[in-house]
Amino acid sequence: MATSEVKVLGSWPSPYAMRPRIALNIKSVDYEYIDEKLWEGKSQLLLQSNPVHKKIPVLIHGDRKPICESLIIVQYINETWSAGPSILPSDPYERAVARFWAAYLDDKWFPAVKSVGIAKGDEEKKAAIAQVEEGLALMEGAFGDCSKGKGFFGGDEIGYLDIAFGSFLGWLRVTEKFNGMKLLDEGKTPALVRWADRFCSHGSVKDVMPDTDKLAEFGKMVIAKIRAAGAAAERH
Amino acid sequence: MADEVKLFGMWASPYSRRVELALKLKGIPYEYIEEDLSNKSSLLLKYNPVHQKIPVLVHNGKSIPESLVILEYIDETWRNNPVLLPRDPYKRSIARFWAKFIDEKILITTRKVSFTTGKEQDQAMEELSEQLKLLENELKGKPYFAGEAIGYLDIVVANFLVFWFRNLQEALGINMFTKERFPIIFEWIEKVVAIDVVEVCRIPKERHLVYIRTRLEAIKSASK
Repeated sequence: MATSEVKVLGSWPSPYAMRPRIALNIKSVDYEYIDEKLWEGKSQLLLQSNPVHKKIPVLIHGDRKPICESLIIVQYINETWSAGPSILPSDPYERAVARFWAAYLDDKWFPAVKSVGIAKGDEEKKAAIAQVEEGLALMEGAFGDCSKGKGFFGGDEIGYLDIAFGSFLGWLRVTEKFNGMKLLDEGKTPALVRWADRFCSHGSVKDVMPDTDKLAEFGKMVIAKIRAAGAAAERH
Repeated sequence: MADEVKLFGMWASPYSRRVELALKLKGIPYEYIEEDLSNKSSLLLKYNPVHQKIPVLVHNGKSIPESLVILEYIDETWRNNPVLLPRDPYKRSIARFWAKFIDEKILITTRKVSFTTGKEQDQAMEELSEQLKLLENELKGKPYFAGEAIGYLDIVVANFLVFWFRNLQEALGINMFTKERFPIIFEWIEKVVAIDVVEVCRIPKERHLVYIRTRLEAIKSASK
């Protein structure tokens, strides 16, 4: 398949943009990656490809209309290139479990991780950290159920939930760095700590996972901008 | 071994009703358990410890929460007609995209419409109108969102718009969702409500109007 047949519009700091790339790597599908520097404004291609949300990632496959929303894209990749390794389990109940946890991570857990970064004052920060740790404890349990003794949530190989959760590891590590604490702790969630190393060193992941220090620098810039915007709003 | 299917739901929830509609369309027998959300049962808390919400489907003792996850589970487990999700991966992603759009974006806008007044409410209604127009576009050239027969996205839209939102707008005393402004959706509504199990799954209107008005009052006074 020609490289230009499949394009991914993403942004290197975005955990969501990592997901389609990992999925395409698992399926050994060549693709062109177009990096959007969102903090400098949105390109015409992005605005045309995702007029509803104007967000990355976007998958453009041949002359089909673009597909948006990272987990929807991952499922599309899994279903379209069905000959490659399966990203979702074959059993409907196990698929439902994977989808449930991925939705939980996106809707509840990662917003708590973000809150740690922009929390105002100690109380807010403590509450956010507690939520993050509670979520990690749940995921440690989920790992036990889903992996069935193997190395990944998907079993022997990386699957949907590994992709959904693993894509957040960069920002989790940045949060740990900024707050001088361990959130992913061998004492509390040993299986997840080992899984995280396995995930980040996996062939389909390592070239797509951003470097933690680079991400931290980027994070500082974003937090500064948010705080400046907040201060400016308060001055009015 | 006979299948044991239970659904923990709530009569006024469009999310709960969408699961019921899927089960009824597929002809799957189930036991329905009505939950009092102000006094949640220990079974609900056992089956959905993370979110403690309805709907939850329990199939032979295994619990599945989150209505959209449940719909896909139903379609993958009981593969008889109607097949709810399109077979083509591209069409499936479109159906999933719009269901997510309804549950995330349109829901937020309906909340803005419910809890604002005057100019703010007008703006919210304008936003909602634009979102509904986007949804209406998806119907162009097809009898149903899913194509030739009712499917996943029809179930989601029917429960949200037809059963829930039309009652909400009446309770609020607004009338933005009309046949004149959304002719294609209204043509689709006529087809959908003609399906007998759809009528059976409809939220009972008069009881729902009372429920909505009571809830809106409670939320408004709590925020004062």
